[in-house]
This record gives sequence, C-alpha cells and structure tokens, in this order.
Amino acid sequence: MAVTVTRPNLNWREKIYLPAILSGLAITLNHFKRMLLGQTKVTMQYPEQRRDAEMPDYYRGAPALVRDTNGRVRCVACQLCEFICPPRAIKILPGEIPDADQFAKVEKYPEEFDIDMIRCIYCGMCEEVCPEQAIFLRKDYAITGFTREDMVHHKDKLLEIGGVMHGVVLKWNERK
Amino acid sequence: MNNPFLWISLLKIVGILFVVILPMVSYTVYAERRVSAFIQDRVGPNRVGPEGLLQPIADVVKLLMKEDFSPSHVNPFYYWLAPTLAVMPAIITMAVVPFGSSLFGVPMVIADVNIGILFVFAISSLGVYGIVLAGWASNSKYSFLGGVRSSSQMISYELCLGLAVIPIFLLVGHLRLTDVVRYQIENGWLIAPFIGDWLNPTKWLLAIPMLISFGVFTIAIFAETNRLPFDLPEAEQELAGGYHTEYSSMKFALFFLGEYAAMITGSAVIVTLFFGGWHFPLPSWSGGFHWALVDGSAPGWKGVAGGLFNIVIFFAKVAALLFFFIWVRWTLPRFRYDQLMRLGWIFFFEIALANIFLVAGILTFAR
Repeated sequence: MAVTVTRPNLNWREKIYLPAILSGLAITLNHFKRMLLGQTKVTMQYPEQRRDAEMPDYYRGAPALVRDTNGRVRCVACQLCEFICPPRAIKILPGEIPDADQFAKVEKYPEEFDIDMIRCIYCGMCEEVCPEQAIFLRKDYAITGFTREDMVHHKDKLLEIGGVMHGVVLKWNERK
Repeated sequence: MNNPFLWISLLKIVGILFVVILPMVSYTVYAERRVSAFIQDRVGPNRVGPEGLLQPIADVVKLLMKEDFSPSHVNPFYYWLAPTLAVMPAIITMAVVPFGSSLFGVPMVIADVNIGILFVFAISSLGVYGIVLAGWASNSKYSFLGGVRSSSQMISYELCLGLAVIPIFLLVGHLRLTDVVRYQIENGWLIAPFIGDWLNPTKWLLAIPMLISFGVFTIAIFAETNRLPFDLPEAEQELAGGYHTEYSSMKFALFFLGEYAAMITGSAVIVTLFFGGWHFPLPSWSGGFHWALVDGSAPGWKGVAGGLFNIVIFFAKVAALLFFFIWVRWTLPRFRYDQLMRLGWIFFFEIALANIFLVAGILTFAR
C-alpha cells in the first residue's frame, strides 16, 4: 500500500533556513555564555569536590577487619569469607592462639589475611557470611596502586582501615 | 647567501609558520575541545596545566610515543604520502596572506606575489589529493567511501569558492592580497564599509553583493575543510572514521592537524578579503574626527608598536572566526550527501554567478 507523506508547506522564511540557523546559533551561544559565567553547574570537579559526606549507609566500599572494644582482632580465621568470596580475592592462613595468651579460649586467629583489591568486586558477601562480625565493608572507593603487589591489602592494612567497632556482640566473654 | 632578502624571508617563515601557526593549530584543537564542551554544558579538559592549557603538549607527547603502525594491506607509497599532502597545502597557503603591516621596515607577508588569490586557490586544491589518496591507499571500504565522498565534495565547492570572490577583485582591481587590504583601509572593510566617503550611494549599494560574497565564500570554506555541516566524509556515526580509519599515531596527527591548519588558513583568507586583514581603525580627534591608520610605518618605537598591534589584531580576527567555525559545528546537523552536492552545484554556484553579474552591473552603471 503506497502511503503519501504530505510535506509541510514552508513559508519563505523557513525555506531559506537562515532565520532558523541564526536562532540555533543564539541558543548555543547562550549555553556557552551560561557555562562561561558559571551559571550552569553540571560537572563535579572531582578530586576537589567529592560526595564522601553524603554516602548512603548501605554503600559498599573496601573491606576491612575490625577490633572490638577489648582490643582483640575479631576474626577467628574460620575461612567462611574466603570460601564464599566470588572472585576468590581473600587468602587466609589460620594460626593457633598460644595457650598463654589472654584470649586463648578463641583458639584460632588469622596469621595472614590478604584481600587482593584488584579481584575484589565489593559484593559484600564476606560481610554477610561472617559469623564473628569481623569483616565490614567501609566507605572508601578510591583504591589505587602502582603495581599488583601494591593492590593487595594485608592484615595490617585491613586492620588500619577497620579500626575499632563498637556495638558488636561480645561472644567470647570470660563468663561463658 | 649574503642576500638579506633570503635571510629575512627565512626568519619570517620560521617565525610565523613554526612559531605561530603550528602552535596555533594545536591550540585550536584545545579551543575546540573547550568551546564545544561549554556549548554542551560540560567543562572540557581543565586538568593539565592551568585550565588545561598544557593539554596540547600532552597530546603531542602521546602522539610521538605511539607506535607507528602500517597495516599490511595498504599501498605503502600512497599510504605514506597522503598525510603530507593533506597538511602541506594548508600551511603553504599561509605564505601569501599578509598577517601584519610591517615591522622594522620588513613587510609582514612571506611572499607578496601579484597573483595573490590565485595562488591560494591553486594550492588549496591540492588538498583533495591527500584525502583521495588516503581513502584509496587504505584499501578498506570505509576509507574508500570517505575518501570518495570527501574529494567530490571538495571539488564541487571549489567552484563557488572561486566564483564567490571575483566581485571583490572586480572592485579592487588587483589580485594581490596586500592591495585588497590597502583598498579596505581606504574604503572601509568590505562587509562594513564605514570608512571613507559616506555620501556615495554606490558604496552602500556594493555592500549587499559583498555580504552575499562573504556568505558564499564562508560556506564554501566550511565545505572545503570538511567542517560541519559538511563533514560527511568523517562522520563517525556513518563511516567509522572515514578516510583516516586506517591511520594511527603521527600520520593521523598530520590529518587532524591538517584539517585545523586548513581552518586557520581559510579563516586568514576570509579575514584578509572581507574583514580588512590587519587593519583596525582607531578613532582620532586631532585635526577633526577621522579614523587613524595604525601601521608599522611610523619611525621609532611607535612604528614597532604599530606593527605588533597589527599582527595581534590579525590573529585576533582569525581567532574570532575560528570561534565561529566551532560554534557552527555544534549548532547545525549534518547535510545528507545529495543535499550537499545539490547545494554546491545548483544553489551556491548560481548565487555566486549572479553575484558577479550584479557587481559588474553596479560598477558599470554607477561609475
């Protein structure tokens, strides 16, 4: 079926296209003037302006190990997070806590705890699965390094990012 | 080699082409990125150096360090020749454009040939070879189509390019570009004839064909340099890069810089022919109100200051016209290929031709 498309009838001003071109030029010049005078604020000049103060609570940044208020590293090297990590970024070497130690009741601690930040996908499964509330995802997102070795966060770095966490369940108290 | 003219010409060539024009080409790329960003409500490169002013230097370093790769399926001789043929006409044409009045008694034009504008047309026509050879030697469908489209577009618009400026030379009487500038100093810029005899009606009547001539010539320069709205040969959405798809690193840089150098040369020619070249009238009240001519001929430091002022004014006008080029690029949509060819062969050709007869008629009957 042949359909006839009716072309609109243009008046003489529209036919020479010049008035339309000039009004288009005026629009773009207006955009230019507004940007030049700083009236259009569209672009955030990153690293001078950041949204770190307005991050939502549920934001998933880099993982970190925490200590509790007693100063103990909460991780007991159960290796659940290493098992569930989808890209297998976590590597744990479990060690035994010596009997003479204050926290000998806990029996296990991580001798080495490495998270390869190049592999980490920030999914938060390690935080979900941890039975000790020992690993949490923090709010920093800008992880950089010059070599692949730089990008592996070892235990000391993870503890440094994590700090002390208040309000966690103190499972291994003396009285139990 | 004791000839002072040779040494002075060499100094002018190095001083203008290498010290002014080539950096101006890279900074035109920077200006395009910034101005187009502002028009699109974004910021553009502002990190390298203050406000991003060292960005072209970073680009040059990157392009120099890139691997210079020649695909195996290309025709090697023409593949290597094409980028140079794209860049050289644009730069050589700058040799006849007067970019200043005079400095220390030396006229600020590298070669003041008396065929002036014919040299410009002849050399800029060689630019077609660069593109057609690039498209053909790359041995790929996209490049071939881009090359063919671009060469046919450039050849079509050379018609109206030449015909559009004939009225100017009917009026001025000489082809030499410095004579055109001198005529505009005495009688006012061709598109703004506010100097000289205000009571002569012929003068004001001639402003209309000069405006038509200016319009057709500017649009033809847009088409010659493959700038939007005539940039179908390098439309990324359609041709994946067009004739420079198969080029990388320094050869691509030469194409890219050649396009911007052609823009600068085109702007320089438009400024010389229509906007009075290096002339800027300063109002002077000594001995009645008149427009004083500032050029490099006054003795002592005043002449040097005047000469430098003229050079600055010339490049300021070229920069303003380059802003106009960038402004139009981000305002207008692209022409379809048949619309483009129809405009060149039917519309502008006839307007330019009618314009010549109009000016000839005015000059015959009104003088």
